Amino acid sequence: MLKSSANTALTPLTARTLAIARYTLLEAWRNRFALLLIGMLIVAVLASIFVRQQAITESARAQVAFLASSLRLGTVFIVAIYVLQGSLREFHDKVLELMLSLDLPRSSYLAGKFLGYALISVSCAVAGSLPLLALAAPQDVFLWAYTLMLELWIVAAFALFCITTFTQFLSGATFVLAFYLLARSISAIQLVSQSTLAEPGLATDFGAFLADAIALVLPRLDAFTQTAWLVDAPVVPLSMPGATLQTAIYVTLLLAAAMFDLQRRNF
Amino acid sequence: MAKQRPVRNVPKWVRWLLPVILLAQIAFHVAGPAPVAIAAQLGSPPAINSLRLAALGEPVGLAVLLDLYLQAFDTQPGVSLPFKALDYQNIVRWLDTILTLDPHSGYPLLLASQVYSQVPDQAKQRTILDFVFRKFHEDPERRWRWLAHASIIAKHRLKDPQLALTYARAIAKEATGPSVPSWAKQMQIFLLEDLGEREAAKILLGGLLASGTITDPHEARFLMERLKALESAELSSKTSKP
Repeated sequence: MLKSSANTALTPLTARTLAIARYTLLEAWRNRFALLLIGMLIVAVLASIFVRQQAITESARAQVAFLASSLRLGTVFIVAIYVLQGSLREFHDKVLELMLSLDLPRSSYLAGKFLGYALISVSCAVAGSLPLLALAAPQDVFLWAYTLMLELWIVAAFALFCITTFTQFLSGATFVLAFYLLARSISAIQLVSQSTLAEPGLATDFGAFLADAIALVLPRLDAFTQTAWLVDAPVVPLSMPGATLQTAIYVTLLLAAAMFDLQRRNF
Repeated sequence: MAKQRPVRNVPKWVRWLLPVILLAQIAFHVAGPAPVAIAAQLGSPPAINSLRLAALGEPVGLAVLLDLYLQAFDTQPGVSLPFKALDYQNIVRWLDTILTLDPHSGYPLLLASQVYSQVPDQAKQRTILDFVFRKFHEDPERRWRWLAHASIIAKHRLKDPQLALTYARAIAKEATGPSVPSWAKQMQIFLLEDLGEREAAKILLGGLLASGTITDPHEARFLMERLKALESAELSSKTSKP
């Protein structure tokens, strides 16, 4: 069932992983994910035109800034919700149990699911960059889209980890939202906690220590997908190899944690 | 059936990978640059309507966050004179925006009068004091204290007693409510005295005592002594003239 003719030349494990990824993509297609993505793009572009018309100065800059930040949040939202909802359905409909009964290692299932979601994320990043190409320099849009893709991979991996661990939509969505907001704002929180204007004391020191400790286990998403790259001179706080390495480490960490929970789960 | 299988059921490579990759994440974070607020990165504040929209009906909460955000640009570790690097016109725009979002907050005016006014640059000091003066007119009863501090800064840092007197006169004229303490209303008297305008100071002091607004006997006695001192100083200066 899980093998396809295209995968026969691969090792059985890789073929199974690719088959899961393929079915994840197929499911997204059948769930009209593409239509949702296109709809979101159209709404964002129309809203950005409205912003441009309303701006009394720097109208082009306002449009690009609004469009880029809307697309970033919009794609993150639909990818996170899709991963949570799609994975949860497999848990509840016993699809996962059925697949695991077919000599499919749990690691292959998880890797295949993530691969599928990663490809969906790539399509979101590419689609999101298309309207921006008409408004900003292509090399800046490429940098923006590339880091958006990495950001979506991290969000997808985190959503997959949450749903594997909690198997509940509400808990999963809450954790994904909290994680995303914290990862986007942790640098600012660290700076605020280091303020020399605050009253010195144990509580201030503890606050600063806590902010630094949380930052250690979070990716610096504030350095990814900057709208400023599209509207101002490109300033890259985290280099492309740096962002790629951070994503590789963090996605591996999340998948390892998800794998740990999945391996311990009794079906 | 147990809800979870024992940890030994987890493949060994997963059990090893998890702590190793966690250490890699921490190492990556430690090896990377610490977040530092750079003066040049403080852009212009967003339009007030955009912020109101972004506040989702919570402008006070957003104003607090913006105060803290702006504050992060003041306290750059390792930079000895961070205020000098800031664009004060931009700082004024930020403070103005925050104050528009939350007009009852004293935070932006405290930052202006007590923090940003410490910059060792007279032009920037005047810019920030002028902001405090402008915003004082909008709500004198609530904002007099920041202008009082601005008056002190003008006198002692800028060495501009006329500017200090302008601020003190504005407090005495506009902040007339019962919540405004007498010392704030009396600031102009002492500034006039410093300027050598004893006659004007004497009239103001006499008027204040005669108005009956001074209810504290210690304060009234102190002010009476100041008035007598002014009169005796005036007398001695007249007799010493050739």
